[in-house]
Amino acid sequence: MSDSPPQQGSDNAPIITMQGVSKWFDAFQALKNIDLSVQAGERVVICGPSGSGKSTLIRCINRLEEHESGRIVVDGIELDEDSKHIKAIRLEVGMVFQQFNLFPHLTVLENCTLGPVRARRMPPKDAESLAMEFLERVHIPEQAGKFPGQLSGGQQQRVAIARSLCMRPRIMLFDEPTSALDPEMIKEVLDVMIDLVDTGMTMICVTHEMGFARKVADQMIFMDEGQIVEQAPPAVFFESPKSERTKLFLSQILSH
Amino acid sequence: MPDTRAPRRKYRIQPLDVVVFALVLAAVAYVAYRVDSVLVYTWDWSAIPNYLFRYDEESHRLVPNLLIIGLMTTLRIAFWGMILATVLGVVLGIARTSKRLFPRLVGWAYVGFIRNIPPVPFLFLFYFFISSQIVPLLGIDEFVRNASPPTVQVLELLFGPANLITNFMSGLISLSMMMAAYIAEIIRAGILAIPRGQFEAGQSVGLSRIQVMRYIVLPQAIQRVIPPLAGQLITLIKDSSLVALISIQELSFMAMEIAISEQRFFEVWIFTGFMYFVVCFSLAMVFNRLERRMGRHRT
Repeated sequence: MSDSPPQQGSDNAPIITMQGVSKWFDAFQALKNIDLSVQAGERVVICGPSGSGKSTLIRCINRLEEHESGRIVVDGIELDEDSKHIKAIRLEVGMVFQQFNLFPHLTVLENCTLGPVRARRMPPKDAESLAMEFLERVHIPEQAGKFPGQLSGGQQQRVAIARSLCMRPRIMLFDEPTSALDPEMIKEVLDVMIDLVDTGMTMICVTHEMGFARKVADQMIFMDEGQIVEQAPPAVFFESPKSERTKLFLSQILSH
Repeated sequence: MPDTRAPRRKYRIQPLDVVVFALVLAAVAYVAYRVDSVLVYTWDWSAIPNYLFRYDEESHRLVPNLLIIGLMTTLRIAFWGMILATVLGVVLGIARTSKRLFPRLVGWAYVGFIRNIPPVPFLFLFYFFISSQIVPLLGIDEFVRNASPPTVQVLELLFGPANLITNFMSGLISLSMMMAAYIAEIIRAGILAIPRGQFEAGQSVGLSRIQVMRYIVLPQAIQRVIPPLAGQLITLIKDSSLVALISIQELSFMAMEIAISEQRFFEVWIFTGFMYFVVCFSLAMVFNRLERRMGRHRT
């Protein structure tokens, strides 16, 4: 499972670089001059109040949102209008959504093989065995023949993770992966994500699961009003945050 | 396996059911009474069977007569029309939801143009335009003239008598173009009903916009719009009777001829209506099954 493409550039070049990235939705500025760099293998957790631009930020990385100014470079590829660049980046970047977004008309197995077969031109047989491998990793190989509508939320989200992994991405983006789940299903999804950490995957995760963040994050980021307010390793971030806004936010979500 | 389903609730007849039933019964009785005793109409169905099949003196066999020949033409128009109109409608429907301005504009203009003119002027105008300008370009006449006898046989099975093929094509294309506009709107509605997350999930596994449309959005969109789509395709079959106006010899055209020559309007039209009903109702049943089969993943 370690035949990822060769490292591009020197070892300490960041795998994701954002420089002065801004993004507007009509008159509303969702991202204000964001600078961020992520090293290969690094795990970054982003938190912040709703509407602070967390989702928009990670959705810019695989071009589900288009940034209007600034630069984004992913794995040595400049993210611009060129559709070849966009596709190349999307092949390297997996994404897991809050609402799972599985394809309801396809079986679990077909959900996992669609990308490899159609976007990577992998022979269907190979794609199927790859898919089974990852379905086993997320502990649901026995559901391969079912349709997404027949699974629980937690199972669906694990399928969504397997679907992304089947593309063999170098980077995984998680957009509030547990926010739509019933409490008893959150753990099974987080466990799968923690397993993924051990493989050395570069991960950027928007979440309010602070226990998970404390356990796996290399960097914590707090966003508010389209800006990165605070960025620090978890020990510093949770024990001695600098900004008042961060302190307030942490006290609100950690108090219950 | 033990039956774990909830017991079925018994349906109780309500006062409204009785009223509705009584009204329907009264209406039927009234029509029957008017026809029987006021109109004093003597029914005579004896002419009909002859127009289905007639005995051929030369070959000593039963051969199809006008009504069956007309029905075959109607079925041919229905078959090719459904394919042509669906393909064109899907393309236009996708164009109407495109992010690009030009396809959207073309789709919008096409639908706007066709939906807002009645079918009769459209058929007349387009028939003359298509049959004089477009169809000659296709070189069908020449192809049929030079084709070998077995090829002609296959062509006749698919498109009807060889000498009428260009005529048939013109009517078919006109009708399909008209229906495509309505199908395009149905498809567009289906596409718009697919959540944005489906597009995004497709894109995030590296699929191109066309692949997302083909493998993810369109299959779901079409499955959602099968009921209105079925309605539109049944309308296509019924409206194929309009091409009688441009002298395509399909079922309604033949019925008109027979009704006039036999002077038995009620019998001929009732029987013709019944033939349309059988065709359309069978198609409706096929779509019902299809709808159920395609909905399997919904639980």
